[in-house]
Amino acid sequence: MTVDMSQFYQVFFEEVAEHLSAMESLLLGIDVSAPSIDDLNAVFRAAHSIKGGAGTFGFNDMTSVTHVLETLLDKLRKEELVLRNEMIDVFLQAGDVLKAQMEAHQNGGDVDENIVTDVCRKLEELSASNPAPAKPKKEKKKNKALAVPTTKKEVCRQIEFTPDAGAALDNLFVELANLGKLEIIESGADKVPPLWRLKLTAAATESELSDTFAFFVQPEKLHIQLFADALPEDEGYGFFVDIESPKVEEDPGYGFFTDIETPQAEVDPGYGFFTDIETPQAQPEPAAFERSPGRRASDNPILENVKTGRRDNDKVAVNSQADASTIRVNTDKVDLLINLVGELVITQAMLAQTAGKLDPVLHEHLLNGMGQLERNTRDLQESIMSIRMMPIGFVFSRFPRVVRDLANKLNKQIELKTVGEGTELDKGLIEKLSDPLTHLVRNSIDHGIESPDLRVAAGKDAKGTITLRAFHQGSNIIIEVKDNGAGLNRAKILGKAKERGLPVNDGMTDQEVWQLIFAPGFSTADVVTDVSGRGVGMDVVKRNIQEMGGQVEISSESGFGTTIAIRLPLTLAILDGMSISVGGQIFIIPLTFISESLQPSTKEIRTVSGQGTVVQVRGAYLPLVALHKVFGIATDITEPERGILVLLEADGKKVALFVDELVGQHQVVLKSLEANYRKVPYVSGATIMGDGRVAMILDVASLVRLNQEQGMHLRCA
Amino acid sequence: MQAAQETLSEDVVANNEFLSFTLGKEEYGIDILKVQEIRGYDAVTVLANTPEFIKGVINLRGIIVPIVDMRIKFNLGNVTYDELTVVIILNVAKRVVGMVVDGVSDVISLTSEQIKPAPEFGASLDTQYIMGLGTLDERMIILADIERLMTSNDMALVESAAA
Repeated sequence: MTVDMSQFYQVFFEEVAEHLSAMESLLLGIDVSAPSIDDLNAVFRAAHSIKGGAGTFGFNDMTSVTHVLETLLDKLRKEELVLRNEMIDVFLQAGDVLKAQMEAHQNGGDVDENIVTDVCRKLEELSASNPAPAKPKKEKKKNKALAVPTTKKEVCRQIEFTPDAGAALDNLFVELANLGKLEIIESGADKVPPLWRLKLTAAATESELSDTFAFFVQPEKLHIQLFADALPEDEGYGFFVDIESPKVEEDPGYGFFTDIETPQAEVDPGYGFFTDIETPQAQPEPAAFERSPGRRASDNPILENVKTGRRDNDKVAVNSQADASTIRVNTDKVDLLINLVGELVITQAMLAQTAGKLDPVLHEHLLNGMGQLERNTRDLQESIMSIRMMPIGFVFSRFPRVVRDLANKLNKQIELKTVGEGTELDKGLIEKLSDPLTHLVRNSIDHGIESPDLRVAAGKDAKGTITLRAFHQGSNIIIEVKDNGAGLNRAKILGKAKERGLPVNDGMTDQEVWQLIFAPGFSTADVVTDVSGRGVGMDVVKRNIQEMGGQVEISSESGFGTTIAIRLPLTLAILDGMSISVGGQIFIIPLTFISESLQPSTKEIRTVSGQGTVVQVRGAYLPLVALHKVFGIATDITEPERGILVLLEADGKKVALFVDELVGQHQVVLKSLEANYRKVPYVSGATIMGDGRVAMILDVASLVRLNQEQGMHLRCA
Repeated sequence: MQAAQETLSEDVVANNEFLSFTLGKEEYGIDILKVQEIRGYDAVTVLANTPEFIKGVINLRGIIVPIVDMRIKFNLGNVTYDELTVVIILNVAKRVVGMVVDGVSDVISLTSEQIKPAPEFGASLDTQYIMGLGTLDERMIILADIERLMTSNDMALVESAAA
């Protein structure tokens, strides 16, 4: 039993986390002067769902916080109060409190009660104070005053409403029936607009009723009034009594609305209505996903706008809760699927190779079938790969908050723009990206953007801009953190580097100077703040990105800002490679490291002090590494001019790799050698080629290093 | 060492089914539960800078599996590769490893009385990899502790051992 409950807990925690992040991004997106009622409703719904879930699991601390939160939100939603900046602040704090409480439940530990009560008090103060348009507020008060004494007394009300498109009305009716006696006076099932009229005899207060409707009906489309000729105790409707039993509650809802029990004739169509309206609901969601364009669409980079992007995300989150169109699957299962499909593709390729030798006339049917199989496998592979892909908006969505908080703290004015949050990349990468990106954004805020007066003095807008941009370039994804701040200070960096005894000189190129900031412990900050300046960070960023197989590039213009670009492979599982052969063996070189290939002439090959060999390429001398010597492979082609030189670049260094020949370009599925064997020098992994054979993937970074650390004997003599 | 030997002999009693194979004139037996499958020898992809007995790696339904040739490792049998060459795919220490042997004989059951402790000298195998000697009719079967052997430094198959 305990085990079961903890399983549900996990789902609940995940849902709460989703709701909280949806809430946060909505709150940050709200225009305080003209808040959109849709956004407020969405925030309210998120809070309400958390409250509901927390109540179910008995997390009373969370319930009480959400309750006060909800009260204030409800007033905003009904325009009884006007939204103000400090409310947003408190909402965000409340979100943090909820998160802390959730984590406390999840991992054990305590939440600081003072903070909780503080936030609750603030929320209560805010909802108690400031009646903006005075009238509705008073009404509300009256309601409340009325509500308390009348709680136990059943009141008969007439409710008119037009449901949201797609609202699951059966759920609504179940909830209402739980409150009291429900009668449908007029069904809106087959009307346009679907106006429903209900009669409800219940002890609930009006605001409780509106809460019940919150999920299904826009507040302005809901009218609740006392039923004029209502007899509170009308025995004639006794047929609903049974319904209060919890058993029916679990019933999907149509159980008691379908047949004869209800006097209204429309009820049966009503059943059909539920199904009907759920179908159209399915459509808006794919649309929301489509808007986050996949790999291809993003070639054309991307509608700029902070708000659109954010809202797309929210929709995904809200929808996923509204209908169960997403499922949570263990990533191991997905990886297994990906592996299996990789197998299938290889098997298909082997079959195709065999079938290719057959007489096309005699085996027409077989060959047609093979063609179809190939298409199907490719489609299957593509869609399975897409399971692991997630829009980068999942990472970006945390930054509005980061920027807002930090900017407030540092008294800077900063606007965050995000571009291309629909760009998709592997989930594994997304998770690993968030820390480095946070570092970069914090750096930009702290060091990049100047304080407003400095900016004005420099003739710039007082408000600085940080742009997060993601787009595809070839088989890479590029994520840029760009600010229009002061830019990197070349002299200062060089000065600091000299102070620390790093090997620098004044003649270094800008690129080389910028790379210095990645040195461990390097910081040019004059004061160490709690934001940054300790010098940890950039080296961690670089290391994290390199672990993902990516690179970090910096460009900066003094006075105009800095752009830091992270270049990552699209996925960890697949890489674009060039296959080369040496002595009949095939090796794969990741394409990202290859800058060019060439066939050298004899006079371009020089030896240095009789041992090392260099090749002259457009005036530059590159060290030559012969692969057959590295791997000890016997080959006929031992003179560079008979083979091919592949110029490799890694860590800013270049070498020329001497191989027999280039074979072709492939997408290969990375397989681990270490799973069953151990690390092999100069090999980063293995893959399975179309013919089912294993080929090694070269570890370019170590090959480039080899040239420096290892003995000259490995080089081509 | 002594303690290890004792627990091993308990293992022997617990799973007393062995797959027997030949290397030269010697007959070996390994715990049947460590065997995943038996297959023919396929072309391997050679790994650079490895001992001679590590033939390379193969693609076993999408898994990269290293292949060791026990005949080379222990200097036994004729090292030829043809359609009769047999590879035993093992599941040891959560790894999949293939080993080339001369031939697979059969699956045998041994009672604990049939298993004698290994003498201090003997087969090409170091005694620490021998769980005991099994006697079946006229045959003597060297019961190898295949998991221990495959993860040992000698085989250079495992990262920690290689260091």
